[in-house]
Amino acid sequence: MEAPYHPAPGENSAPGDEARASSELLVYTTGLSLAVLLTATSFWVANTSLLWGPGVPLGLTVLAIAQMGVHLVFFLHITTAPNKTNNVLALGFGILIVFLVIAGSLWIMNNLNENMMPNMPMLN
Amino acid sequence: MNVAVAVDEIQPETLISYTETGPAPKRVVVGFGFWIFLLSDIVMFSALFASYGVLVNATAGGPTGAQLFNQVSVAIETACLLLSSYTCGLMSLAINSRRRIATYLGALVTFVLGALFLNLEIREFVGMIASGATPQRSAFLSAFFTLVGCHGLHVTGGLIWLAVMMAQVAIKGFRPAVERRLFCFALFWHALDIVWVGLFTVVYLMGVIV
Repeated sequence: MEAPYHPAPGENSAPGDEARASSELLVYTTGLSLAVLLTATSFWVANTSLLWGPGVPLGLTVLAIAQMGVHLVFFLHITTAPNKTNNVLALGFGILIVFLVIAGSLWIMNNLNENMMPNMPMLN
Repeated sequence: MNVAVAVDEIQPETLISYTETGPAPKRVVVGFGFWIFLLSDIVMFSALFASYGVLVNATAGGPTGAQLFNQVSVAIETACLLLSSYTCGLMSLAINSRRRIATYLGALVTFVLGALFLNLEIREFVGMIASGATPQRSAFLSAFFTLVGCHGLHVTGGLIWLAVMMAQVAIKGFRPAVERRLFCFALFWHALDIVWVGLFTVVYLMGVIV
């Protein structure tokens, strides 16, 4: 058997790497609690009539992005620690592409639908 | 070019201190490479999300999401996947401290929860297809089955991968290569849960309210 891997201070570490195993359980449990809280809130927001209807999709989007952040930090251990710059940079680029693809597609297709000639079928 | 000038201007001492550390450990290189793959996978999912977002209203007179989706089953699926992500994390902890029994236990719970998720999703698909809501019915349903089915395929692949990894732990033990693969599996499983967060929000919850 070999000793468990311990990165040296300042060494670049892989996503998911964490040196101290003792506090790790607490990290995962905190992540789970936060994720459960956010998920429960999402389901409540979608089913309640207490909230202003048009604001609900925006609220759900915010909750989903928050939960993705919780997963990234507590489960995938993507943090802004100095030895994790590469992972964060790659993530930033990924988020940029995801944003361009989703926002760009929705924008262009909405624009096409709005500029349709009368009596033409919608593209959506 | 300016780049060459910039390189010439670097002090020799800084160059030496960089090269002294040597190449990064294999675990870091493998983890980073797999992280890049996961991000590319997420970019692929973003294209499927975009097409779903564009086609969500193109029901062609067929059933809409509000008529098809069962929120209770989605809530159970979400709970299964979230808990399996947690037990996968516990399995990673067991692997780091070389506890074999705890590793098997964590993998077993992760596998069962993942299989439960998949079972519920397949039942939902079968029920939809039986009621005539097939992928051929409308562009909305095509986009729905592609997006959710792609995630389901990833979960299936993850389950097979997990089973193979447990066989490797049983036969080869905690070798560095096996540990790196287990580490990549954990990243993969957590990333699938991130995709599911987007999925249940955009497809199921927003589909029901709109």
